[in-house]
Amino acid sequence: MSQVEEETAVEAEVQAVVKKFMFVNRKAPYGTIYALEGLEVVLISAAFDQDVSLAFLDDGVYQLLKGQQTKALEVKNFSPTYRALEGYDVEKLYVERESLEARGIREDQLLVPVQVVSAKEMAELMEQQDVIIGF
Amino acid sequence: MKIGLLINEGPYNHQAADTAYQFARAALAKGHEVQRVFFYNDGVNNASKLTEPPQDDRHIVNRWSKLAEEHGTDLVVCVAAGLRRGLVDDNLAPGFRISGLGQLVETGIESDRLVVFGD
Repeated sequence: MSQVEEETAVEAEVQAVVKKFMFVNRKAPYGTIYALEGLEVVLISAAFDQDVSLAFLDDGVYQLLKGQQTKALEVKNFSPTYRALEGYDVEKLYVERESLEARGIREDQLLVPVQVVSAKEMAELMEQQDVIIGF
Repeated sequence: MKIGLLINEGPYNHQAADTAYQFARAALAKGHEVQRVFFYNDGVNNASKLTEPPQDDRHIVNRWSKLAEEHGTDLVVCVAAGLRRGLVDDNLAPGFRISGLGQLVETGIESDRLVVFGD
């Protein structure tokens, strides 16, 4: 490697900052726009080659429920987008166990593979992040 | 410290828009840099120049414009969230600009702290 090439490589490394981004979803998928517009940020962030994860807690766990039917609401069912996240290399989806249990939801009722974690574990995951954006 | 702000709630409807502004002022007064303020969700309505509150109320939109004028703060409105709510270049208050969500992610990367103001 020539010196110029070496310098260019070092520069590229410096520019390629990878931060840990966590998107925290706390609200039901419909009724407010937070879940939908939150998901749009997730998709954009994937293009920035960051270390992205998603957390689902409180009513946010409803976002991942299978069999969503929104026709009567005249709102687009955007839940298939969660299945597409894998294609964007967004594969870390954490769901809080307590939130699932409080709502009587089982893991096999969810649209996508997730890691179910306790509230305590979720707190530890949050502690590791550089950027947390909640919707 | 370099600080980025994300504002997700509209003016007057929610305290978040006021708190974010007070936070920005306080941070600047302490010598911090406000790297960017990004407006998303109903937060885009903080940028409407058509806003006309009663005279005895604070003018949330003009307050941001003045902040940008004084400190050169980058006030960015999400294009997609803006279009959804009728917020376009034609009704954008001074000091704001419209751009994409990438600007929000970039702020997360470039600032030392991203502070979110929402519900």
